[in-house]
Amino acid sequence: MEFPKDLKYTMEHEWIRVNNGRGVVGITTFAQDQLGDVVFVELPKMDAQLSQGGTFGVVESVKTVSDLFAPASGRVTAVNKNLETQPELINADPHGKGWIIEIELSDPKELDKLMDADQYAKQCENEQ
Amino acid sequence: MVPFAGWSMPIQYAGVIQEHLAVRDGVGLFDVSHMGEIDLKGEGARALLQNIFTNDVGKMGDGSILYTLMCTGEGGIVDDLLVHRFAEDHYFLCVNASNTEKDFRWIKDRAGSFEVEISDISLKTAQLALQGKHAEALLQPLCDVSLEDLRYYHFKKGKIHNNDCIISRTGYTGEDGFEIYTGWGQAEPLFRRLLDAGRAWALKPVGLAARDTLRLEMGYALYGNDISDATGPLEAGLGWVVKPGKGEFIGRAAIAREKESGPARKLVGLALLERGVPRPHYRILQDGEPVGELTSGTFSPSLNKGIALGYVPRELAAPGTRLDVEIRNQPVAVEVVTTPFLPSRVKK
Repeated sequence: MEFPKDLKYTMEHEWIRVNNGRGVVGITTFAQDQLGDVVFVELPKMDAQLSQGGTFGVVESVKTVSDLFAPASGRVTAVNKNLETQPELINADPHGKGWIIEIELSDPKELDKLMDADQYAKQCENEQ
Repeated sequence: MVPFAGWSMPIQYAGVIQEHLAVRDGVGLFDVSHMGEIDLKGEGARALLQNIFTNDVGKMGDGSILYTLMCTGEGGIVDDLLVHRFAEDHYFLCVNASNTEKDFRWIKDRAGSFEVEISDISLKTAQLALQGKHAEALLQPLCDVSLEDLRYYHFKKGKIHNNDCIISRTGYTGEDGFEIYTGWGQAEPLFRRLLDAGRAWALKPVGLAARDTLRLEMGYALYGNDISDATGPLEAGLGWVVKPGKGEFIGRAAIAREKESGPARKLVGLALLERGVPRPHYRILQDGEPVGELTSGTFSPSLNKGIALGYVPRELAAPGTRLDVEIRNQPVAVEVVTTPFLPSRVKK
C-alpha cells in the first residue's frame, strides 16, 4: 500500500498536501480500499469555512456512507467537480486525480497534530 | 468477509461494481451455502406443504420448482422460499439463511397429524449459483445431464466433475443461470473447478454485496428488509404466489380480508431523479411530510443511479408519482417506477 511521504494524515484516513499556505485534501489508498467502489461524493461549497476535525462532506460507496473530516481549518478554495460525474477517481487515483478539496489554511500550526507517513502506515497496519 | 446470519460471508472479491457487471454481461459464481435447506419425505408431505404454503404445491410435477410464501394466521410472511419436488412424497425447500431454524420449527410444529419426516439438511448441503448468459455454455461440458432442455424453475439431478448435484435453473439476479446444490464437503472443489473452467468466459467470483445490487435491480424482495412477519403478501406485491382457490392454508382468511379492503400501502420501486444513494430506513416524503420508509436501496451499477424499494400509501403507488427521499436531511427527488428496474433475462 502507498503512503506518500509528502502528505500528512488524519486518524480518519484523510490526507493533506500543503504548498504555500494551501492544502489539497483527499482520502487515502487505505480508506478507498476499505470503502470499495465509490459512487457518490458530497462536496462542500466554495468559500465554506472548515474547522479541523469537522465534517466537510460525505463519500458513499455501494455499501456504506462515510463522513469526510477536515485535516485542518480554513476556507475552501477549490472543489474537485470531476467527482460529481466520476466518483470512481477516488478509487483509481486517491492521492492524485481523486483529490477532493483545496483549502487556504487559517492556522498552519494545526498540521503538527497530524500523522506523518510512517505513523499513518502503522495505524493502518493495526486496523487491518 | 462479514458476519451474516451466523455465517462468515465474502462481501466482495474484486469489487462490487465489476462483480455486478460480470453477471450482467457474462457470468459470475456465488457461494450461497449459507442458504437453508429442509427435506420433507413421506405420504403426508404434500398435504402439509399445501397447508402451510400460500402457493399451490398440488400442481407441481417431479423436477419442478415453485416460489412460495409461508404465512402466519394473521397473514404475515414467515418466509419466502423455493419448493423443489423430487416426487409426490418427497420435497426439499431452499429457505433464507436467517430463517432456517425458525422455518424448521414452524414446519415441525404444524406437522402433527401428517405422516412426514422433516430434516434440516442445511449443514450437509452447499449451494453455488452460476449466473449470467454464459452459464449454460460454461457448465454443460462439466456435467452429465443436458442443460439445454432444463427449463426455468426446473431442476435435474446430475454429476458435475463426478460429484452428485442438484442443478436448478433458478437464481436471484434476473439473468439466466443455475443454482447448484451439492454435499457440504464438495463445495470448495466444485467452486474451484467452476472458477477454473470459467477462465475462458471471464467468470468472476461474486460476493454478497453484488448479490444485493443484482436482486434489487430486479425488484426481488429480500426477507428481513422488504418483507417480514409484519408485512402481508398483497402490500408486498406478492399476491401472485397466493392461491386461495387451492383450498385451506394458514393465513388464507387474513389474506382474503387484506384483499377485500385492499392493502393500505404498497411496496414500490423508486428511482432517484438526482444524484445520491438511497439506503434502507431513509424516509419517503411528499411535500416535506413523511409518507413511508425505504426497505432497500442502493446505487444501481447497471443504471448508474440510485434505486430503492419502499412502502408508500396506495394512492401514491402509481408509476410516475413524484416523491422525495430524505438523504441527510435533504429531500432528493424520486419517481415511482415499475419493477424490475431493468428487463429480466431469465430463460422462460
